[in-house]
Amino acid sequence: MRDSTSDLPIRLEAVSVRAGTVDILQNVSLEIGRGAPTLLLGPNGSGKSTLLKLGMRLIAPSTGRISFGERSAASTRRSAIVFQKPVMLRRSAAANIVFALSAAGRPADAAAVAHLLAQVGLSGLADRPARQLSGGEQQRLALARALARAPEVLFLDEPTASLDPAATKAVEDIIVRIAGEGVKVVMATHDLGQARRLAGDIVFLVGGRVLERGASPQFFASPSTDGARRFLAGDLVF
Amino acid sequence: MADAVHLIWSGDANLFAIVRLSLVVTLSATVLAALVGMPLGAFAALVQFRGREALVVILNAFMGLPPVVVGLVVFLLLSRSGPFGELGLLFTPAAMVIAQAVLITPIVAALTRQVVEDLWSEYREEFQAMQVGPLARVSALLWDARFSLVTIMLAGFGRAAAEVGAVIIVGGNIDGFTRVMTTTIALETSKGNLALAVGLGLILMSLVMTVNALAWSVRRWSEKHAA
Repeated sequence: MRDSTSDLPIRLEAVSVRAGTVDILQNVSLEIGRGAPTLLLGPNGSGKSTLLKLGMRLIAPSTGRISFGERSAASTRRSAIVFQKPVMLRRSAAANIVFALSAAGRPADAAAVAHLLAQVGLSGLADRPARQLSGGEQQRLALARALARAPEVLFLDEPTASLDPAATKAVEDIIVRIAGEGVKVVMATHDLGQARRLAGDIVFLVGGRVLERGASPQFFASPSTDGARRFLAGDLVF
Repeated sequence: MADAVHLIWSGDANLFAIVRLSLVVTLSATVLAALVGMPLGAFAALVQFRGREALVVILNAFMGLPPVVVGLVVFLLLSRSGPFGELGLLFTPAAMVIAQAVLITPIVAALTRQVVEDLWSEYREEFQAMQVGPLARVSALLWDARFSLVTIMLAGFGRAAAEVGAVIIVGGNIDGFTRVMTTTIALETSKGNLALAVGLGLILMSLVMTVNALAWSVRRWSEKHAA
């Protein structure tokens, strides 16, 4: 029996997204259920971010249908998103968490704030203006803000795209831990190494179409499409 | 110049009464303009409605309102035969407050709209993702724009403090009652009493410099502490 309070599975049926005359996503059918992280892999402009925004209900499909478990579209979302370049509010790290907790309708007490900051390793920076944090710290604070929603599904849009290896490792460690705690992670990346490290399954997109979908080991060991084979070989696919 | 400095240094009662009235009038006008202009600016920035573009154009255009025209309009409204004549406000400090407030409200509203709109375009996606409600959205935007809003208020204060055309029309420049720094400078210069005019000029310049220094300090402080 389905859980009527769950956002999962997210089911897309022949979904297209059009901006003016440009097709950003074309006829995408996909189901995202519980389990290990799903990574949306593909070159820039393949539609990964648009797919995340659809999942987050920040945009609506031009055609097709999208459903979230048994929930109605109007109900409160149990999902959160971290953008590639998250915007920090002009206040301290702790105040950013307070704001996110309040927006989520959760108690914004000191213990909750401290717990979230500790989860992302920012306990010592609670009073620092958020915009003065480093890129990696800002991403971790954005993760903490997202976790303030107690999400069932966490969408991540290339959260390590502009980070150095150490900061990337710190963010990836948090993602692994979050996924281990039962949060469904859906993450966009064009970093093959990252996809190998994190993915339970892969959705490979090119030009707004899903070229291939499969479990991570199979995808990397024996991709079934020419586009995926070329992408994995390092060719420029677009 | 020496006479002017002596006048200030000696604490001339007449001079400081004029300075005090100027500050009261200008501060009152600034508060009034902020109470009207800031919500109006935030409304124009955040709410889509028919005529919004026209409102923005009008606010921007009114930033350059000619003070004498404002003075004339307020004079007509407050004169005995005008719609608010019964209030008996003409040639009182209250009329000067109204004239200055009318003059700087478009400045406050237009600059607030720009600041809030810029911040909203930055925050929009995050707020949508966090499902932030309308009230929380407005209060968060105003709070995060607080340093810019203070700077806007200081700019409005500076504009009002330096104003002469409107207040002389609606205030009448009555000695000991509606005489403020700018109107006194104009009058005393024409009478050849340069010591008082220069003394008030020095104070007015100091005031404007202080306001600008405050605006600059607020900006620097916000960059350091709230980024």
